[in-house]
Amino acid sequence: MMIVKQAPALLIIIPLLGAFAINIGGWFNKRACYPLAILAMLGSFVACVITLQQIVATGPISYRLGGWAPPFGIEYVIDHFNGLVLVTVSFVSLLAAIFAKQSVEQELPHKMVQFYTLFVLLVTGLLGMTVTGDAFNLYVLLEIAALTGYALIALGDNRALVAGFNYVILGTIGASFYLLGVGHLYIMTGSLNMGDLYSILPHLYTNRAIFVAFLLILCGIWLKMAFFPLHTWLPNAYTFAPSAAGCLVAPLVTKVSVYIMMRIMLSVFSADYVFNILHLADAIVWLAVAAILFGSILALAQNDLKKMLTYLIVAEVGYMVGGFWLATGYGITGAILHIVNDALMTFCLFVFAGIVVYKTGGHKLSDLQGLYRKMPITMAAFTIGAFSMIGVPPTAGFFSKWYLILGAIQAGSYHYIAALLISSLVNAILFFRIIEIAYFEPKMDHHAGHAEKINIDEAPLSMLVSLIIVALCLIIIGLYSGDIVANIILHSVPTGL
Amino acid sequence: MEYLISHYNYWIYILLMMVGLYAMLAKNNLVKKVIGMSIFQTAIILFYVSISAKRDATIPIIAHGHGHDTAHAVVEAAHYANPLPHVLMLTAIVVSVGTLGVALAICLAIHRRYNTLEEDEIQEQLQ
Repeated sequence: MMIVKQAPALLIIIPLLGAFAINIGGWFNKRACYPLAILAMLGSFVACVITLQQIVATGPISYRLGGWAPPFGIEYVIDHFNGLVLVTVSFVSLLAAIFAKQSVEQELPHKMVQFYTLFVLLVTGLLGMTVTGDAFNLYVLLEIAALTGYALIALGDNRALVAGFNYVILGTIGASFYLLGVGHLYIMTGSLNMGDLYSILPHLYTNRAIFVAFLLILCGIWLKMAFFPLHTWLPNAYTFAPSAAGCLVAPLVTKVSVYIMMRIMLSVFSADYVFNILHLADAIVWLAVAAILFGSILALAQNDLKKMLTYLIVAEVGYMVGGFWLATGYGITGAILHIVNDALMTFCLFVFAGIVVYKTGGHKLSDLQGLYRKMPITMAAFTIGAFSMIGVPPTAGFFSKWYLILGAIQAGSYHYIAALLISSLVNAILFFRIIEIAYFEPKMDHHAGHAEKINIDEAPLSMLVSLIIVALCLIIIGLYSGDIVANIILHSVPTGL
Repeated sequence: MEYLISHYNYWIYILLMMVGLYAMLAKNNLVKKVIGMSIFQTAIILFYVSISAKRDATIPIIAHGHGHDTAHAVVEAAHYANPLPHVLMLTAIVVSVGTLGVALAICLAIHRRYNTLEEDEIQEQLQ
């Protein structure tokens, strides 16, 4: 009973202490890092599931850190929305930790301790951003996640250094804008607690300083989530990051940022303010349309598997931002469901890319030749991920797109529907091209000068386990998406839209 | 003009912020970019600190607060400065030092690999 009550704090504390344990354990024996990381992620995942269960049973939880009452103390607020995001984040990071073992041993043999410490700290930051109910606390956790993210990306090959540096510069601008926006809110209201801000702000909706705060926060978060045209740091950073880091960073960081955007818009400002009083929604949906088209078309132009996936992330961010700003019940439902689905889909595809790098040493599309024969299980799981990305029923990706399209019809935003359909078509072309290369083209030896032939066979067990689990989840979540929407997501969609 | 002078702290922070932003986006040398980043973050720290500055005010500790005659002492909010923005900025300073550390570490690694810190020369080597 005690543990159940403390679960909202434990889900942060376990990985935080885990990071220390990994660092100390790694001093004595490098092989201790991996099991410790798995243990920390598992503990955190269990705490997240307990928390979500509690919410579904009894309603939203407010957890007072150190017993200080809000608005003076820091409060963790967990409702259906972030309960769902918590479970998704901790689940994907658990699978990413399982995947990491062989990949890290191959790519970063001398930096294992650092890698796992940063890995666990990044998850701490992401989970913290998700649970916190305090605007300044959010900034601190945002920076914890960002700093560990910079370091993880810069661990990669040589080009990763330059990409990582650009990410540091742009990420810092984003976080600073957010901090500045929070400063404006604090000047006007004298509070940093989100619930408190929500109740004070309605008197100030016509105030210009509040509007400036709104814009600063929105732009800061957009920079963090790589929303077009602020996405320039993302493709290189995620392409050149170590495979195991890419599997954690690519699915989660952008998704948690999208969550933060929705949380600030709905729980600090209100649906009434952002949709009715400000007349920005239409312009933002147009921007999202541009993001979707731009991401999809540039993805089509790549001949590198990882880079192609990173441009797809840019397009997917457009889906979620656009879906939210459609300002309809279905649109927001679709955007929330897509956070979960996209985290899993992107993870599935990045794990696949990680396996390809591990086995063939490259991530060009031509490295995929003949892989269906060599590693049938991996390719089957990849096919499920690809179908989900395209939006083929009954995979999860279909259902969130379905809600997004319903929302667009409700809002009358036909340009958004058109962008969604074009992007699905482009995804279909992209993935069928990959399937064609991997299925029909025989393996040719590109690496001239390589004396010995590289023997490619099925991926190692730890990689396969996480890939198969996530592929199965894509189908299971697709089949149960009606229940997820009815029992969890509908509670967090603002009424009256 | 009156408006400019009465809000001079905001103008200073905006000026500093733009200097930092310019250096981050326009400078060619990576260390200059890092310096710009530092100025940018410091501008925001100064902004926070300046909003709680107050003339003739002191730290919010009630003098002679112990004992039984506390109840009679009148506490006037105008005599005390709000400590919260300063405390928040302690955290922000820690964060900005952390960011500076990571950025400089990456610069160091870049210099080891490319033997230069000029962005255009690095791009040339990447081609």
